[in-house]
Amino acid sequence: MWRYLLPLGGLAILVVFFFVGLHREPSAIPSPLIGKTAPAFSLPSVEDPGHQVTNADYGGRIYVLNVWGTWCVGCRDEHSALLAIARSSAVPIIGLNWKDDRPLAIQWLKELGNPYKECAFDSDGRVAIDWGVYGAPETFLIDTNGVVIHKHIAPLTEAVWQRDFLPLIRARQGTTP
Amino acid sequence: MIPELGHLALILALCLAAAQSVFGLAGAFWRRAEWMAVVRPAVAGQFVFVALAFGCLTAAFLGNDFSVNYVALNSNSALPAFYRVAAVWGAHEGSLLLWILVLATWSLAVAALSRSLPDTFIARVLGVLGLISAGFMTFTLATSNPFTRLMPPAMDGNDLNPLLQDFALAVHPPILYTGYVGFAVAFAFACAAMLEGRLDQSWARWTRPWTIGAWIFLTIGIALGSWWAYYELGWGGWWFWDPVENASFMPWLAGTALIHSLAVTEKRGLFRGWTLLLAIFAFSLSLLGTFLVRSGVLISVHAFATDPARGVFVLTFLTLCIGGALTLYAWRAPKLGSTAGFELWSRESFLLFNNILLVIAAALILLGTLYPLFMDGLGLGKISVGPPYFRAVFLVPMLPLLALVGIGMHASWKRARLGDVKRPLLLALLVALVFALGISLWAFGRTTTLALVGLTAGLWIIYSSLRDPISRLRKRQSLSAAVLGMSIAHFGVGVFTIGVAGVEAYKIEKDVALKPGQSAKVGGYDFAFRGLRNVDGPNYSAIEGEFDVTRNGSMVRVLRPQKRTYRVQTSPMTEAAITVGWTRDLFVALGDSLGGDAWSVRIQYKPLIRYVWLGALFMAFGGLVAASDRRYRTVRASEALPADSAARDTA
Amino acid sequence: MRRLLVGLVLTFMCLATYAVDSGETLDDPALQARYEQLIGDLRCLVCQNESIADSNAPLAADLRREVREMLRAGKQDQEILRFMTDRYGDFVLFRPPFVARTWLLWFAPILLLVAGAIIGVRIVRQRDRLARADNDDSDLDTGPT
Repeated sequence: MWRYLLPLGGLAILVVFFFVGLHREPSAIPSPLIGKTAPAFSLPSVEDPGHQVTNADYGGRIYVLNVWGTWCVGCRDEHSALLAIARSSAVPIIGLNWKDDRPLAIQWLKELGNPYKECAFDSDGRVAIDWGVYGAPETFLIDTNGVVIHKHIAPLTEAVWQRDFLPLIRARQGTTP
Repeated sequence: MIPELGHLALILALCLAAAQSVFGLAGAFWRRAEWMAVVRPAVAGQFVFVALAFGCLTAAFLGNDFSVNYVALNSNSALPAFYRVAAVWGAHEGSLLLWILVLATWSLAVAALSRSLPDTFIARVLGVLGLISAGFMTFTLATSNPFTRLMPPAMDGNDLNPLLQDFALAVHPPILYTGYVGFAVAFAFACAAMLEGRLDQSWARWTRPWTIGAWIFLTIGIALGSWWAYYELGWGGWWFWDPVENASFMPWLAGTALIHSLAVTEKRGLFRGWTLLLAIFAFSLSLLGTFLVRSGVLISVHAFATDPARGVFVLTFLTLCIGGALTLYAWRAPKLGSTAGFELWSRESFLLFNNILLVIAAALILLGTLYPLFMDGLGLGKISVGPPYFRAVFLVPMLPLLALVGIGMHASWKRARLGDVKRPLLLALLVALVFALGISLWAFGRTTTLALVGLTAGLWIIYSSLRDPISRLRKRQSLSAAVLGMSIAHFGVGVFTIGVAGVEAYKIEKDVALKPGQSAKVGGYDFAFRGLRNVDGPNYSAIEGEFDVTRNGSMVRVLRPQKRTYRVQTSPMTEAAITVGWTRDLFVALGDSLGGDAWSVRIQYKPLIRYVWLGALFMAFGGLVAASDRRYRTVRASEALPADSAARDTA
Repeated sequence: MRRLLVGLVLTFMCLATYAVDSGETLDDPALQARYEQLIGDLRCLVCQNESIADSNAPLAADLRREVREMLRAGKQDQEILRFMTDRYGDFVLFRPPFVARTWLLWFAPILLLVAGAIIGVRIVRQRDRLARADNDDSDLDTGPT
């Protein structure tokens, strides 16, 4: 007798999953790096090829890694927010210029402002792959132990900074950054 | 003015659809003849106004009215007229209107061609169809109005996606929708039967031609999509197990099972519960497909611009529709038992396992398509399920099914009487195996197990399907359209299987860098690159390469692949050059310039691939022949009497 | 509007052409065969419906390069796949991994087949009994249809 209600039950389960699924981003991929040690890199900087940008230098400090490119529409969108965050926060933002044209990148930073403490130039994309980057802009938060604790995909906004990044920073530092 | 007219027409159509459903269902329930009499005119009226709305939208496209937002987003004044019409269904809002038009057309056909059916029954069928129409119209008017204006009007439009500027893809949606939406008729017949409490052999006989009709269109629509992907997308692939492709394939599998199940119900009054469920499933899977494409729940190349708000609407409608039908099922199904029997070896038995295997196939595809969603919803992370999974898993129910098809065609009802046919079939199997081995070694120089299995099965099924009609014609016995149609359709299955086995096992793909004057050798053919030149099209400019294809020194064909740049949307598009043959396709596509004079070129050798689509065409043709059988056209005097069959219904 | 533009650009990049990897083949045919198999099994994360073999995205080209270099360096297929999943998660695999949470997915074919067989056999047995008890053969056609 009850087996005739099985199809209806099956439908109910499916519909629940669909409702949940509607509010999720199927193309956003969570990072497997969260909770793991940040991949080490040492790359020439964008402005000065003679100078190396090494993230090991930031051991013991909290820092943010922002992946961007002049070819990326969203990066343009988030640039002003990045500048505001750089001004208001003591947390250094390291830039990773991903597979870009160097002169264009230098000009971009000159014209629009430079929010980065240092900006590394990833010409062949290997470092980006190590960090599991698949679509700029992406922003990572790394703690004092060199562990990746957060990744944000899509343009960063001040609202997102306040909501997602600041609480994590405060928890790690215990002081207002 | 015209867009507003279209908008008004759609609103009026909604009112008529509402009237159709209210008067139909309430009139049947209270047995009010004057209410039921409103239904057919309401259907006709609904059709007229929907057609008017669609016509207004088409007129806006043809007239380049860029003050209509939808036109501005999807069309362009340089677009050839034919594609301006195709652009009407190029995006979400217009394709919804197409859906509604197709449903209105099916409803009109049902209203017109069912004079001999009892009034209450047809009133219920049309009433249910009216509910579905009303739901879609409300959805369109509320969230996806194609008639909204753009102020100030655009100077010119965004142009239709160049990928859609192709004949096959222009007609693919209307044909596919005719199939998809056509299953709503079977669904409505099922709901009407459940509401009436009458589910007998004549019900099955009424439902069958409508179901076959929808199935034919769906078969052709899917084949068209596959063929288009093959020549347009440049990868040489013909099926990608993309979520939306799966979403059209699942109703097809359910529809095929439904047709076979209806055969049993019609002949012996058995499997009624299964037939009902399959009718509900086929249309539910169609609705599910509609949901998946428009909600953003799954990633797909086919997905329209996604909007969760629309997704919620479609999901709610889907829940009400399917939930309602399944509730009716839970109410009526327990009383559907029967005492008829059939032996272990019998046609019914074969059809039972046929249906089980088809349903398993559909369930596996559904599981694979939705599994990432389940994982994500349960917080278990993101996984992906791609072609390697589907290819492996689909074979599991399909291989046994091929074996059943070959034998089942010859089984009689109730007791199979396969004695006469056992030896010939076994012999044919051996001959097929020898042939398969021979073809593989002689034409391709190698064999794989799957290729051998596929080729053998295909050849054997071809023999099996032709044996009966040929022997009947020889003995000058009668050959009904139904039997002939069945044979042709199963013949198509055999042809299809051969195509799939051949192309998947023996295809060769090579990417090479070529300079003018150089050549490459693929699959026994030589491809000599002669050079490039510039050509201009109506709304694009292109670089065209010339390749001389020869085999053993003699010229086969000159192939001219192009790399096009459409003027408005400016992204490069590859147009592959293909030469077609009975035994193979040869496929050349231009990649990128590599500097110097060198270009990257993809050359493919695709043996037997035409049989994939030829098989599908035979299946569709077989369905057409079967649906034209006389027994669906004669009017029976006993149609209006429910009494005696209802008495036999209860167990 | 921005999102629409980004969406359109992605659509074009992902559908307009396909990846042609000429000049980037491996000399050793055995390695080449493994290469083709591997890049067919890895999902492109930009054009998420395509494998990195078919995708035109720059990231796909980079990932193909990584696979080639790892093959030349003598890595096993499993190590190469693990390299990818370490960085991108299981989502990058077209063939879902065989772990506890995907058991249902992988066992489903055989489970359904067994369930179907059991149900089918039960029904057939029941009907066969009814047929043998039923002596009335008069309304039976002898041929198909």
